[in-house]
Amino acid sequence: MTDLQTDSRFADPDSAYRLLIDAHRGLNDEDSAALNSALILILANHIGDSAVLAQAIALAKTTLTAGECKAPV
Amino acid sequence: MAAHTETTPDHRTLYQFGYYRTSDQDAVEPTRYPVVIVGAGPVGLAAAIDLTLRGIKVVLLDDADRIGEGSRGICYAKRTLEVLGRLGVAQPCLDKGVVWKVGKVFFKEAQVWQFDLLPEDGHAMPAFINLQQYYLEHFLVERAIDLGIDLRWRNKVVGIEQGNDGATVQVMTPEGEYRLSGAWVIAADGPRSTLRGLLGLEWRGEIFEDRFLIADVKMTGDFPPERWFWFEPPFHGGHSALLHKQPDDVWRIDLQLGPEADPVDEQRPEKVVPRLKQMLGHDRFELEWVSLYSFQCRRIDRFVHGRVVFAGDSAHQVSPFGARGANSGIQDAENLVWKLAMVLNGEASETLIETYHAERSQAADENIRHSTRSTDFIAPRSPQEVRFRDATLALARSAPFAQRMINSGRLSIATVHDTSLSTPDVDRWNGVAQLGAPAPDAPVEDAHGKPIWFLDLLGGTESLVAFGAVQQVKCPLLLEGRDFHDRRGLLRRRLDASDGAAFLFRPDQHLAARWRKPEATDIAAARRRLRGH
Repeated sequence: MTDLQTDSRFADPDSAYRLLIDAHRGLNDEDSAALNSALILILANHIGDSAVLAQAIALAKTTLTAGECKAPV
Repeated sequence: MAAHTETTPDHRTLYQFGYYRTSDQDAVEPTRYPVVIVGAGPVGLAAAIDLTLRGIKVVLLDDADRIGEGSRGICYAKRTLEVLGRLGVAQPCLDKGVVWKVGKVFFKEAQVWQFDLLPEDGHAMPAFINLQQYYLEHFLVERAIDLGIDLRWRNKVVGIEQGNDGATVQVMTPEGEYRLSGAWVIAADGPRSTLRGLLGLEWRGEIFEDRFLIADVKMTGDFPPERWFWFEPPFHGGHSALLHKQPDDVWRIDLQLGPEADPVDEQRPEKVVPRLKQMLGHDRFELEWVSLYSFQCRRIDRFVHGRVVFAGDSAHQVSPFGARGANSGIQDAENLVWKLAMVLNGEASETLIETYHAERSQAADENIRHSTRSTDFIAPRSPQEVRFRDATLALARSAPFAQRMINSGRLSIATVHDTSLSTPDVDRWNGVAQLGAPAPDAPVEDAHGKPIWFLDLLGGTESLVAFGAVQQVKCPLLLEGRDFHDRRGLLRRRLDASDGAAFLFRPDQHLAARWRKPEATDIAAARRRLRGH
């Protein structure tokens, strides 16, 4: 089983980020949510490994409370 | 900076210069000079000094007669410092400037990321220094005066007429108007360029609606010389903020205000001071300067129009995130000047100036791309963009990929020009040197064993740097082991030089060609090529 890769894999992360921003430009919030949902399903299928998907979900969930954490500065 | 500022009208004068009358104002026919430069900001001054050092007579015109307060561009990058070094202005900048390496990024209450501009051993210049633009301009003016440059204050260009072999400008002074001709005219007259207006050139690009408040505050205390960037800090209601150190215990503070901010109201001390108190957590500071700006990421289509060449903010504008305004402008000047000198000296044809447009519009596009992406991250435009941004920041605590996506400004590095002036590689190369990029620096020794930086050795002359034996060439030759010594082997490693290898550098120190074992004909062809033939 492979583990979720969290190291930086894009040669140019800024251009990858820009692709996502561009994809959403001009969409209303509902369409943005729909686009993201489709995108997640496509990428999840591309990964094709439920164990990796589960790890990705777990990592993503950590961000939901991160804002309230009093992390050390 | 390249930003459009709305400063308070009563800002103080820091350096005052005087208008004087010249005999050109009494001439019946316009006096003709090789180069007339419009605008005595960092770009125009750098161009004037560089041309003078190359033996070209210039006249430098400026509509003002002073350098005003307001720090404006505060961040000068390694390549800019190297150019200033060649112009003889780096030392006062380094003596006065603040060297910084550490950048910290905060999201809400917590630090999420820290970067270090890891200084690599064996370079004369640091990655960046912070220095108020007025100091840089003052050092440049002093150097220009030392060199006897014809620097005319309160000479405002109000008209231009293009000819086949030059351009004539109409100049307004306190004593009336006169005309002046240049075989070439450099428009270094800033974001609101008069010459751009006179030629009717349009901007192409994006305008951003968010307003930013910029403040310089003086505070003494034990604060580290680091760059701190906050996304959604608790002290600033969801907007971003930047804190950066300058010399004289002055700190630059940038606060994102959003598009609805009132330019007059927001600059009132009664409004600014409480905001800063909240940010700094104390009130032991004095407000030195405050200004409000919005910005654009845009350029004109062509940088060369007949005999008028646009450089710096008159040709392109970027957001301030990444320090790409003044830095790219000074690098424009560097790129243009040796080409003008070669054309004026009859060493190259006028088509060489076209490569200024090709190379520097490439650089402008790169700078615009970077600064637009930074702006997307710093000032997201929709709830979805905010979510992407916030998710990246939240993930950055634990996921390295997200740390690399945090974009609080990608700091200026020299553009690698993909250019017709370079001779394509035929051999395979490793090392850090790149075709079309400035030479890597390294500590070497001169012929007499005295330590010298490699870039100082190159200076502003086209040079063939050779390791071991080399063919007889007419080009100024720097032969390792004879003209200089690479005792530590750092230069050899950075260039990936093997015995018999040779490297041709342009007068702006950019690598134009390299060979493992060149023939004399290869070198001659590459030298013609770098002249645009």
